[in-house]
Amino acid sequence: MERLVFLLSTGLARGAVLALFALSLVIVYRAARVVNFAQAALAVVPVYVAFAITSATGSYWLGLAAALATGALLGTVVERRLMRLVPQDNPLAGIIVAIGLVMVLQAGLAIAFGPDHRPVHAPFPQRPLEVGGVGLMSPYDLFVLVVAAVVMGGLALLFNRTSLGLQLRAAAFAPETSRLLGVRVPRMVTLGWTLSIATAALAALLLVPTGLGLDPHAADVLFVNAFAAAVVGGLDSPAGALVAGLSVGVLVALVTGYASAAAAPPAVLALLTVVLLVRPQGLFAAREARTA
Amino acid sequence: MRLLLRAGLLTLLALGATFLLDPYRNYQLATATGVFAAVAGLTLLVGLTGQLSLGHGVLMAAGGYGYALTATRVESAIEGTPVADGVGGRLLPLLAGVAGALVTSGLLGLLLGLAAARLRGPYLAGLTLALVIALPSAASTIPGLAGEQGVRAPFVPVPDTLALLIATEQWHAWLAILVAACAVTPLVALRAGRAGLRMRAVHDDETAARLAGVDPGRVKAGAFVLSSLAAGLGGAVLAIVTQQVSPGAYGLGFSLLLVVAAVIGGLGSLGGAAIGAVLVTLLPWVVDQATAALPADLGHRLQGNLEIALFGVVVIVVTVLRPGGLARLFPDRKPFPSHVLSNTVR
Repeated sequence: MERLVFLLSTGLARGAVLALFALSLVIVYRAARVVNFAQAALAVVPVYVAFAITSATGSYWLGLAAALATGALLGTVVERRLMRLVPQDNPLAGIIVAIGLVMVLQAGLAIAFGPDHRPVHAPFPQRPLEVGGVGLMSPYDLFVLVVAAVVMGGLALLFNRTSLGLQLRAAAFAPETSRLLGVRVPRMVTLGWTLSIATAALAALLLVPTGLGLDPHAADVLFVNAFAAAVVGGLDSPAGALVAGLSVGVLVALVTGYASAAAAPPAVLALLTVVLLVRPQGLFAAREARTA
Repeated sequence: MRLLLRAGLLTLLALGATFLLDPYRNYQLATATGVFAAVAGLTLLVGLTGQLSLGHGVLMAAGGYGYALTATRVESAIEGTPVADGVGGRLLPLLAGVAGALVTSGLLGLLLGLAAARLRGPYLAGLTLALVIALPSAASTIPGLAGEQGVRAPFVPVPDTLALLIATEQWHAWLAILVAACAVTPLVALRAGRAGLRMRAVHDDETAARLAGVDPGRVKAGAFVLSSLAAGLGGAVLAIVTQQVSPGAYGLGFSLLLVVAAVIGGLGSLGGAAIGAVLVTLLPWVVDQATAALPADLGHRLQGNLEIALFGVVVIVVTVLRPGGLARLFPDRKPFPSHVLSNTVR
């Protein structure tokens, strides 16, 4: 019982990171109608920047700010300078270019920083807090949950309550009509990428202290799990990404805790396969038709 | 018939070429040939039906495991019996192993193909990606696959009659070429025939294909299975050449390299697949040689990374500027054999 409570609460914290990363996939999917297979590599680059800044200045918060800024910049540049050039006649071209980008970024990071894992310290202790003799989440897990909740709340406000959010949604759902109504659709697509990569960078930054350390492939498994979560939730649905992200996080924690760490990837694969075969539009998607 | 003749000639030519190479080059040739079989399957899958698989490395691994486990079983089963000493004793484990590779890769391919029949682009790519990530776990949980260190494949010695003439590496290159020929020739035949036409039809317009009486799900699943079989034979080749199969050799990087080879060669082009396979096999070696001369730290960092970065740049440039790949650099052949069209349209 105590073990179950511990696994559930840790799973929620991991799930919050997953949900954040899945949300970043949903944002870019809604903006540009692509599943960005380079998301993991694009998210790790800002984490390296944060790592460098934190080691230079000793401040975790400066590093965090730098990661967000780098992520936003990277998203903008990649959309403007690369993704815009991809031929639109073949739906696979975008995926293939993303794969090329992954190879360039990960190999580039390995060349620049060496292939070793770098240990990354969390800003808060990672020992579980005990409540009534039962081990719950650590202060760092609590921090992760709070940050994820604040960012997701902020994004929800941005998309649902501001004029800019309305333009973003309009450009995603009806590009031609929005253009006629004066929305600058290409700018909205770029902004979608900016928001998406910044969010993904934050998720990766939150993840790294709980893993083996920082290396160019640090976010690969996060991407696969988040992709599964995004598909389970429906690629169109931010709420779906949140619920599915938390669920996948808890699932992974339970499987890791009761079976073994090796059993987690096959479990996620099985979940993804079942959902794709039984309900490919996801559990929360509003619309039936999907073009990509 | 002409196709078989051409395949036979090309195979003989490749076999003859092995006499011009030293043992290490023959080893590289054998590796590239195994990769070629897998890339040929992948390039047809992507080029003809528009299904992108990021997991062909896993299908190769399935073939490799199938080969290694079956060949080892058969070898120990016939050991001590009179059969073991003759030519049959030498060839039996090999043939059984290849059959085993076809069974395992075919089964996994069928499972994936059934999923692929219902999925489009990014979904299939994501599913196969999850498969690649799950491979090391699968290798350590499925009994008999021996986890990280992998399983050993039996050594195939040179037959006595040839032992005076050729070295082990050349013999393995021969085996590789023969197995790859068995993998690629059916692909060529299918592409030129009705099956190829159906695949194109489904790729171009599923609704129209359905109206014309073609079942898109079946065509897609079938294409995936075929492609998996070719990849499985490629995996068997690598198992023959390296005498072992381990999950570490078939990681995400390797699967992505297969995609790179297919893209660089030109999606759908088998000649391009051959060039792509040679490039992804040789460039890492060239980079190794080049970085050995550099100071140790820099060389260590560039090793294994420089070629990945180069491939990444090439893939981006090819996709953005020249989607046809290397195959389009040469004068175009007819896009489709005219007799097939007239037969079918009739």
